[in-house]
Amino acid sequence: MSNEFYALQVNGIRHEVRDAWVGESLLYVLRERLGLPGTKGACEQGECGSCTVIMDGEAVCSCLVMAATAVEADITTVEGLSSDGEPTDVQRSFVNAGGVQCGFCTPGLIVAVHHLLDRNPSPSDLEIKEAISGNICRCTGYGRIFEAVRQARDARTTDTSGGE
Amino acid sequence: MDTKTDSSTRSRFGALGTSALRPDGIPKVQGRFAFSSDAWADNMLWGATLRSPHPYARILSIDTSPALKINGVSAVVTADDVPGKLTYGLIASDQPVFARDFVRYAGEPVAAVAADHPETARRAIAAIKVEYEVLAPLVDAEEAINPSLEKIHPDGNVIRRQRIVRGDQNLVGDIVVEGTYEIGMQDQAFLGLEAALALPDDDGRGVELFVATQWLHEDQKQIAACLGLDTDRVRLTLGGVGGAFGGREDISLQVHCCLLALVTGRPIKMQYGREESFFGHIHRHPATIFMRHHADRDGKLRRVESRLVLDGGAYASTSSAVLINAVTHVQGPYQCENATVDGYAVRTNNPPCGAMRGFGVVQACFAHESQMDKLAEACGVSPVDIRLKNAMRTGDKLITGQVVESVAPVERCIRETAALPLPAPLPESPDPLEIPGGSGLTARKSNVRRGVGWGVSIKNLMYSEGFDDYATARCRLADGVATLQFATAEVGQGFVVLAQQIARTVLGVDTVLLEPITTAIGSAGSTSASRQTWMSGGAVDGACRLVRERLFEWVAKKNGLDPIRLAVEGTDVVDTMGTLRIAVEEATRGMTFDETFEHHHRPTEELDENGQGNCHVAFAFVAHRAVVDVDPELGLVKVVQIATAQDVGKVLNPLAAIGQIEGGIAQGLGLAVMEEIVLRDGKMRNPSFTDYLLPTALDAPEVIATMIEEPEPQAPLGAKGIGEPPCISVTPAIVAAIRAATGRQLPRTPVRPQDIVFGP
Amino acid sequence: MSVINATNIEEALAALQADPQARLIQGGTDLMVEVNFNRTKVQSVVSLRRIAELRRWHLDEDGKTLRIGSGVPYAEMERPPLSIHSPALAEAARTVGSPQIRAAGSLGGNLGTCSPAGDGLPVLSALDAVVHLRSHDSARDVSVHDFMVGVKRTTRQAGELIVAVSVPLLPGFQGYAKVGTRNAMVISAASSCLVHDAVGGSVRLALGAVAPTVVRAHDTEAWLATQISLTGTPKVNETLAREFGQRAARECAPIDDHRSTADYRRHAISVLAQRLLLRAANHSMGAQKGEVA
Repeated sequence: MSNEFYALQVNGIRHEVRDAWVGESLLYVLRERLGLPGTKGACEQGECGSCTVIMDGEAVCSCLVMAATAVEADITTVEGLSSDGEPTDVQRSFVNAGGVQCGFCTPGLIVAVHHLLDRNPSPSDLEIKEAISGNICRCTGYGRIFEAVRQARDARTTDTSGGE
Repeated sequence: MDTKTDSSTRSRFGALGTSALRPDGIPKVQGRFAFSSDAWADNMLWGATLRSPHPYARILSIDTSPALKINGVSAVVTADDVPGKLTYGLIASDQPVFARDFVRYAGEPVAAVAADHPETARRAIAAIKVEYEVLAPLVDAEEAINPSLEKIHPDGNVIRRQRIVRGDQNLVGDIVVEGTYEIGMQDQAFLGLEAALALPDDDGRGVELFVATQWLHEDQKQIAACLGLDTDRVRLTLGGVGGAFGGREDISLQVHCCLLALVTGRPIKMQYGREESFFGHIHRHPATIFMRHHADRDGKLRRVESRLVLDGGAYASTSSAVLINAVTHVQGPYQCENATVDGYAVRTNNPPCGAMRGFGVVQACFAHESQMDKLAEACGVSPVDIRLKNAMRTGDKLITGQVVESVAPVERCIRETAALPLPAPLPESPDPLEIPGGSGLTARKSNVRRGVGWGVSIKNLMYSEGFDDYATARCRLADGVATLQFATAEVGQGFVVLAQQIARTVLGVDTVLLEPITTAIGSAGSTSASRQTWMSGGAVDGACRLVRERLFEWVAKKNGLDPIRLAVEGTDVVDTMGTLRIAVEEATRGMTFDETFEHHHRPTEELDENGQGNCHVAFAFVAHRAVVDVDPELGLVKVVQIATAQDVGKVLNPLAAIGQIEGGIAQGLGLAVMEEIVLRDGKMRNPSFTDYLLPTALDAPEVIATMIEEPEPQAPLGAKGIGEPPCISVTPAIVAAIRAATGRQLPRTPVRPQDIVFGP
Repeated sequence: MSVINATNIEEALAALQADPQARLIQGGTDLMVEVNFNRTKVQSVVSLRRIAELRRWHLDEDGKTLRIGSGVPYAEMERPPLSIHSPALAEAARTVGSPQIRAAGSLGGNLGTCSPAGDGLPVLSALDAVVHLRSHDSARDVSVHDFMVGVKRTTRQAGELIVAVSVPLLPGFQGYAKVGTRNAMVISAASSCLVHDAVGGSVRLALGAVAPTVVRAHDTEAWLATQISLTGTPKVNETLAREFGQRAARECAPIDDHRSTADYRRHAISVLAQRLLLRAANHSMGAQKGEVA
């Protein structure tokens, strides 16, 4: 397959990418070609987590995914976490708990926390810290972010146990 | 915290004193908030910058023609293309838009290109041929003081020298302790990289710039001068700002981006990558500080001596102001009548340094707090007692002779910090993630020692030395809806929610709209120096109060009352001496009240040659107690807990306040144990997030904070700025805790593993 | 310029044969950093991401060898069941970058890049791993010691693909320890892997980030064998462990750089080796057997 055009499946929608440079990262293509600037870039080397997306069920740094190799992958970005445009539980908890200051790391953290809670609905505090240890936040010192994740976790756990 | 206040307005959600939620919160969590790097325009080109690889070199020739031949390249500009002033700078205009004759630091801009794709732009940059005559760089700050050395810049190698001479210059204390302390170069490392979009006017004689900055009007002034345009032909709109911390106070890509837009007639987007960002903005000054403390036998501080050398790098930026902050705060939050201080900010061929959260006081504090611990030890008292004994109070004089008129609850900060609970000891079998080394599995509990350390600080608020850094705000009230306009840079701190809280409280409205943040209104000054709550908060408060006066006059006139009888209660206007009660929304139906207000702080003075004068506006104080676990054999550290009591004046938004405190502590932790730009011969060795390490979630300590509320009479809302104090004394507190755990002297920060293992 | 998204090994090998200069990409965590930082101009790429075979691992039929596909992500090594078969690899994997990196990165990339600080490499060295290489017309197995030759230099030939590595399943302690100046997401300043074969009676020690490539501390291993019996639970006291560490430190050749100093690295190796040996001694033989079984 040449790279004259390739297709990416992002947030359930097929996008065709044409006339792209071979080295373009998924981050670049999402932001500059597909009109999805919600995913942020801050280090270009997988050391900050701002560009985290879900690819085939795994949270990965989109800056380190060569876009043209992400064909056939199922990609979810921060824009695709909610189907109806309403904020998700995690998104609300970040706002309510004060986990957002400048907000630049926020989309990557939101994706990483969704990924965590979808795999492990009741992580311990240390599991939370380890799960988001690849997402650098320079503003908050993480305190309110931990609180946001705990709030989202507790709300999910309560909902589940209530149903059992 | 938000319910015990007197009036019903205060407890109304969204008013002052409540944890009102920021209006940009939901867009930010959904990825819909537009940061400056998200700006986009039809037909836009990408700009990129060519930078010097050498710390010091003469430019012999620049050949841009190979770049212009590349398909997709629209323009290449150099110093020859700068139509106006060739230099810029916040205090001294000494930094070239593009280097013309010399490059003075590795990373200095030499040319810029505009191309159809970032990759094309990168190739064009690589194609430009620059011939350099490489010169031996001046990289030693101490050496730069030597007047016989060749000047590396026409303005000279000493950017500023300031002495403080006060009281008895010959006093020798019963107890004398001294030390020389070193502070490394820290980076602001805001996550949202420098980015801007410039749109040229159709007539080619003006430009509109969307940019992430800390001070729109200062940028506007400097850009216009370099472009040779009238100031009003350069219009700025704040693009979403992904953090700042001082690193966006200086010009970075602004002039380049506008110039390329004017030259090409097309929109230009520029954004730095992380590596370029390290070259593109200033850093925290590395410093060497000698201090000698004289005290009575019981530990009462009598005299401080200090010599400070701050490395300003190649260009002045705010070095002269940073130096003044360092020398005037070098005694710390302690009473001291006699001082002999000599400070230098010098020019070298290292990367330029300027503003970073704490602004000179961080460096001074590391030295004076290290000294206070030495003094405590020499006097045989505890670190807490030595600080209590010397704690400054309102009415005391600084070593500049300035009387501290601010509320100065230093003693309370210390006592209330000491009263906070210590962390539990490590469990018998701790999770590896809880001990030094983390998942590296380097240690077991038996390898770990715990230490406790203290730091206390004083920080000036607002700009100093006679500068009138006023702030402007406008308030419009119509049909029960308030609309605020200001040019205050929202960089993440949450001024946008504070402004809404003020309007809700003063005007009794629920809906407060915010106009875009642009240069269409007067300056708000810089989002720095812990000043916007006080200054822009004061301006918004003032504008809202003027509008409220107009509202009262209108209601009074309609009801035949004296407006002085009216007040806002909840969302109503009420007659305090009668029965009238009318909803603000109803009272303003069909009406528009529109007022603009400028808030000025009280005037300050310049220092005289002896460093005497009322140069600062006001002060805030804070205490930190750090608990660390150290693996002394490997030199690895885990900060367990930071306890803090901070003098905040008044808490206006508890959630935002704790966010500032925790965030500042993390930055101070970074400077204590991991963050440093490593230079060799003037070149950065670690301009990336792989090697410039920032604290992660697993490095963040537990923070327990008390906010000391003693409203500041000078402050419009009773609140002091709270942004900087959290990051200042936490660094020496952590280093002191490491000293306590290891017995090492550790005169340098950040503390590296090898310092703990091999240090004295 | 082209990108080949191979779906099986044969397709990848055919593409490599046609264009031996093509860059291989699996998780992208090394190559894309080079691309993003403008340090390499990629002309053509063969992506291995969609080759399911490279993402599989299995135990050989005799139950003595673990074969791990070159594309198995670190995240999988961290977790059972794979972590049970290779505890040191699990410990090393958990120290690689961030969770996001561990979801993408793999041993194929670690070997292919062959950085002195590669976290998986000391483990492969201590386990005497075998690297399985294939090209369109041949296949060969190379000892990991022969595969790694220097800083980012290997004996992989143009046209060859690392398809898997094999490591023996050993009864006894194995552990990995790594020093960096942050408590997570940090590049190694010094690392060490110790493997104890309690039945075969040997202790192997490999050192990372302290020489151009991973160092096997052969002299130290041989010395230890002269001091105590290495079958069953090794009887180690503090003095012996300290000397073990000091000897290991003498076998490395570290440098000063912006991440650390040579002196510190050497010292760190002595401490890590000492502590790993003590961990091995304290490790219950029975429990380890149970885990491996």
